[in-house]
Amino acid sequence: MASLQAEFTKGLWKTIPPFRLVLGLCPTLAVTTSGINGMGMGIATTFVLIFSNLFVSLLRRVIPTQVRIASFIVIIASFVVIVELVMQAYFYPLFKVLGIFIPLIVVNCIILGRAEAFASKNTPLLSLADGLGIGLGFTISLFTLGLIRELLGAGTLLDIPVMWASFEPFTFMLKPPGAFVALGILLALMNLITQRQAQRGGGR
Amino acid sequence: MGEFLLLMVSAILVNNILLIRFLGNCPFLGVSKSMDTATGMGVAVIFVLTLAGMITWLVHTYVLIPLSLEYLRTIAFILVIATLVQFVEMVIQKTAPPLYEALGIYLPLITTNCAVLGVAIINIEEGYDLITSIFFSFASACGFALALVLMAGMRERFALVAIPKAFEGTAIGLITAGLIALAFSGFVGLV
Repeated sequence: MASLQAEFTKGLWKTIPPFRLVLGLCPTLAVTTSGINGMGMGIATTFVLIFSNLFVSLLRRVIPTQVRIASFIVIIASFVVIVELVMQAYFYPLFKVLGIFIPLIVVNCIILGRAEAFASKNTPLLSLADGLGIGLGFTISLFTLGLIRELLGAGTLLDIPVMWASFEPFTFMLKPPGAFVALGILLALMNLITQRQAQRGGGR
Repeated sequence: MGEFLLLMVSAILVNNILLIRFLGNCPFLGVSKSMDTATGMGVAVIFVLTLAGMITWLVHTYVLIPLSLEYLRTIAFILVIATLVQFVEMVIQKTAPPLYEALGIYLPLITTNCAVLGVAIINIEEGYDLITSIFFSFASACGFALALVLMAGMRERFALVAIPKAFEGTAIGLITAGLIALAFSGFVGLV
């Protein structure tokens, strides 16, 4: 039970994507123009990640090693198509906004990375916990980055204006260069916190 | 001809696939640490992306549409790309060993480069015909290579300067990418 919990929580801070696990940057940068968009992308990715991890783990003794990458991609692609069709049917506005990045979940390296590094070597239950943890971590990261960019770039939080009346929106943050800079600064902040923690730990 | 020129300029400078469309950012930050690897990756991507753009267009038009299986596009394209990459790898290994030596390790990575799948999908969604698709794929790949090489040129210099500790590694890479993207957004008025 303890290890199940450990596999789940490691995705939330210790190996939180895309900060610690520098993978899956394209959707992170592209769709986080608002909190909602970031969260939608995160949830879609989490769904695919959970099921691909589960199925890769269940089939890990059946899939021959030589063709494992191709097999993983087929498993992942199947779930991506499901997500694509479901979103088109029930969440059309979000589907429009996320656009090309929904089919591109297939090539999100986080998913293939987890399948290869974790699910193909561990039991289904552990893989499920790993998928859920990493997916949730990814969703939180995207949501946070989306919120920051939305707040500074448009002066709103989840479409509700929160800044004072004379606030001049910093539209740079919504543009592509702003995405890179915002993610870079967030990453540096996380490094700073980790360094502080390590220093305090060393002092004890 | 003017139309194609416009498409080239637009795909390379104005809508640069890496910096403006955000496709293929993992290799962008992963292999841009030295000039040699960046050039190798850039050439490999130009080669595979142009081929993939052509083949996925043909598959979509002559296989998926007649069978009305458009909703399987994602699976079909990724399989085509994975097979193509494998095939290209084998062909290069047999016919041009020196090229294989140079590109070898980058080729498998291209399967999961979202620029390849992304451009294939953009070709279909924009309704390009075969020639335009090939041109667009080639131009996008050139844009990718250009940004990658520029980035590598800058990152090589990081070894010589003092960077605040918290920014070391990926963080400064991202901020540099942001500055390059800012420079590229100056091209917006060009087309």
